[in-house]
Amino acid sequence: MTMSERIKPVLLPLAALLVFEAWMRLAGAQSDSLAPPSAIVLALAGALADGSLLAATRDTLASAFAGLALGGIIGLVLGIALGLSNIFNRLMEVTIEAIRPIPSVALLPIALIALGFGYRMEIAIVAFACIWPVLIVTRAAVGSIEPRLIEVARVLRLTQLDRIRKIVIPAALPRIFLAYRLAAGIALIVAVTVEIAINPLGLGAGIMTAQQALRPDLMLAYLVWIGVTGFALNALLMAAQRSLFGRAAVIGEQA
Amino acid sequence: MRWSAIAWRLASFGVAAGLIVLWQLAADQRLISPVFLPGPDRAWASLLRGFTTGDLLTKLMGTLTHMAYGWLVASIVGIALGAMIGSSRAMRIYVAPTLELLRPLPVSAIIPVAIAFLGLSQGMALFVIAFGSLWPLLLGTIHGFAAVEPRLYEVARVLHMSRLAVIFKIALPSAAPDILAGMRLSLTVALILAVVCEMLAGLNGLGQWVLLSARAFRSADLFAGVMLLGVIGYVTALAMGAAEHRLLRWQAVRR
Repeated sequence: MTMSERIKPVLLPLAALLVFEAWMRLAGAQSDSLAPPSAIVLALAGALADGSLLAATRDTLASAFAGLALGGIIGLVLGIALGLSNIFNRLMEVTIEAIRPIPSVALLPIALIALGFGYRMEIAIVAFACIWPVLIVTRAAVGSIEPRLIEVARVLRLTQLDRIRKIVIPAALPRIFLAYRLAAGIALIVAVTVEIAINPLGLGAGIMTAQQALRPDLMLAYLVWIGVTGFALNALLMAAQRSLFGRAAVIGEQA
Repeated sequence: MRWSAIAWRLASFGVAAGLIVLWQLAADQRLISPVFLPGPDRAWASLLRGFTTGDLLTKLMGTLTHMAYGWLVASIVGIALGAMIGSSRAMRIYVAPTLELLRPLPVSAIIPVAIAFLGLSQGMALFVIAFGSLWPLLLGTIHGFAAVEPRLYEVARVLHMSRLAVIFKIALPSAAPDILAGMRLSLTVALILAVVCEMLAGLNGLGQWVLLSARAFRSADLFAGVMLLGVIGYVTALAMGAAEHRLLRWQAVRR
């Protein structure tokens, strides 16, 4: 990659920031909804220094990952069961088709009256949202395992549990990891959405509070930070996927 | 063969019906307090009552209207912008990386910013839904345009076609699968954001309906609303799938 190819993609965001800054300064307007980039950076540094931003990030990520773990396990177990047994898969078809299209935020009021505000309600909604990508991809991955591997398992007289542990999961692992990567992105999105909509917790609540306090610099700092968190999570999982599975992961993505 | 498929489908419906019966039994035995979990009979009665005497129909129409307007605006803007960026190499180099950078941002984080500018209004909801559903569409369109077979462009050059003609006669049809996949994704996003905006801004729609029902502990109404949201998700996905199938029929040979 030449020097100019490295610079070109950076030009647009840089120019936008400069124009934005200059326009805010020249107009000199006191705004309740906008702040110049320099003020946003200051607010970001301030919120980082006093620990409020990191505490909010911890709350959001904790809920997102707890939900991901819970929903991911349910999705994985169901996905393996559905992928292994054609009968079970066909019997459950209508039930799954009926539940899956319910948008996760629609469960928010149910979780609210059943669990109240706080972590538990957020975790429950995130878990519901994470079940589906894991279930669908795992089911497809397990269903498309090389049949000869299953035959080998039968010849070796492996028990059902050993068969899943030693043959099915390793064979489907690259695509299962891909499913978890997708689900992790969804978990963060759902967690932030729940916090913005109703739950007084984490980054979503932080950005809502900043807006209501008419602190546009802090609000936009939160927005930038949420973007950074999403980007970092995605980049981290992509790197993990590449180093763990290499080419296998790439092939899984195309399938 | 077809008969066995129908038999499986019926059996699958049977399983779903069995689960509903279990739900009814659990509700009748009061295993879970009826405050949280109404039986299917009460939810169904509430659904019917909502449609005949209540204002469930106007709520349903409200949500559908929010979704449709936001999604249509996003579709038009997304395809136009995507075509502009995707069909020019320079634009792809300068603009596309910035867009990719923004992709993992949880779009609901834009809600507070939209509230700061537009208040808790209909316009805010429209902007958020359109902005949120823009991303999958925009990136899908850019990808579709970038992946057009280069020889088709050579043919266009030989035929001295204008840039508009190239876009409409070559690029758009060949990018159609990516664009339609983006449109389907953004439809889901539109539904979720419509519900969240209705909850936050108290706009006329199912989001507001389920939240108010939860606040008043009218769990039957709440479940009726959630079921209706599931139906919206199901029917829109089904319609989109059918449209995709129809629009891409001419490509079936090539695939």
